[in-house]
Amino acid sequence: MAGKNESVGKTLLVAFLVCLVCAVVVSTAAVSLRPVQQKNQTLDRRVNILQAADLYQPGMDVEKAFNTIERKFIDLETGEYVEKPDSYDQLKAAKDPERSERLSGEEDIAGIKSQADVAEVFLARKDNGELSRIILPVRGYGLWSTLYGFMALEADGKTIAGLGFYQHGETPGLGGEVDNPKWKALWEGKKLYDEDGDIAIEVVKGSVDSGTPNAENKVDGLAGATLTSKGVSNLVRFWVGEKGFGPYLERMRNQSGGEA
Amino acid sequence: MAEKTKDLLFGPIFDNNPIALQILGICSALAVTSNLSTTVTMCIALTLVVAFSNFFVSTIRNSIPSSIRIIVQMTIIASLVIVVDQFLKAYAYSISKQLSVFVGLIITNCIVMGRAEAFAMQNKPLPSFMDGIGNGLGYSVLLLVLGFIRELFGAGSLFGVQVLPSVADGGWYQTNGLLLLPPSAFFLIGFFIWAVRAWKPEQVEEDDFKMKPHTRVSDAF
Repeated sequence: MAGKNESVGKTLLVAFLVCLVCAVVVSTAAVSLRPVQQKNQTLDRRVNILQAADLYQPGMDVEKAFNTIERKFIDLETGEYVEKPDSYDQLKAAKDPERSERLSGEEDIAGIKSQADVAEVFLARKDNGELSRIILPVRGYGLWSTLYGFMALEADGKTIAGLGFYQHGETPGLGGEVDNPKWKALWEGKKLYDEDGDIAIEVVKGSVDSGTPNAENKVDGLAGATLTSKGVSNLVRFWVGEKGFGPYLERMRNQSGGEA
Repeated sequence: MAEKTKDLLFGPIFDNNPIALQILGICSALAVTSNLSTTVTMCIALTLVVAFSNFFVSTIRNSIPSSIRIIVQMTIIASLVIVVDQFLKAYAYSISKQLSVFVGLIITNCIVMGRAEAFAMQNKPLPSFMDGIGNGLGYSVLLLVLGFIRELFGAGSLFGVQVLPSVADGGWYQTNGLLLLPPSAFFLIGFFIWAVRAWKPEQVEEDDFKMKPHTRVSDAF
């Protein structure tokens, strides 16, 4: 076998051909499967919005259910509604210095580096048109990755109705347990603020029972995933805070009935 | 020939198990076996990748210059893994989300590289393909055993369906959290190796050093 294969020319030729064939195979797979993958992602995102709002039942028609949810845009600084085209992409805007604000290390507890000026919110309404849920897109850094998800609040703007992540790269079985329905259920009914109106919600180490002081502001940490738990805690605090949806939520709370 | 194919296919399950005897591919065996549905997906993905990488490496084995043979194998394996990953994202989205990085990490799975280098480089494409399937099955058997035990006793469920009603849900079964953590797979793999070697003592390695008998037996007391 030695000899004929070992010349420099042959080595380069084999390397080139192998790379060429592999590149064609990989790009064909990636390009031809992309539409299906994107459809999956959109569907998954919608399912997550519905799940966060507690409106999801397995096997339901997601497209149809999603029609009852209204997408709005708000200026994060003032908390006022603004008009944006449907194609507005908050994550893209956050990367564009023209349309975003760079966060200093102190402000940036969620580790997202820059915050878009305009954010999207989803409003779910009851059949009679009354606001039932405010669904906020949230994201922040865990241990290995940025977690992307949604947090749903009751119409009062201070009680959590649900929290769920649709994309993350945390360790399966440990930090990946943020997807565990049992853990997600712990968030339901927790209060964002303490009696003085300061942000008090946090994920604590170990478990919370009714005897824990301020149990209504605390959520159990994930066993074996201290840093992911900390990340989730920080990102929730960030997004309801001054640099997140704070001004918007305050405006919602001040309006009677929370209606815009 | 028929006999040989059978050996290639079923030999690696107990006689030459890639995990239990060759001690390869432990990393993913720890990581993905905390529930059965990810385990099964991972087994299928790995079996396909080993089989096809063996096949393609073997097909071009006579043209690969030995100086770049490892990187050529890697390129083929990596491409296959990406294709598998893309398919999972398109057709098994929720499972691919749970498996996250571990599908990509098949690239570095020692079984795939090991079989390409040890078998496919010396053998014809078809036996290499069979060898890949066989090793994939060997890997799968062990992973399924781990996944079964870990999910059943760790979470009280199988494929996500609750079998043993857990205390948390008002049942009687106290779930064993250790089994959901990766280290528990080490214990289980150890027990598996013990069981296989008790059944097939020829797999027990010879001692590196022979113990000498005591030279003095009396006067101890």
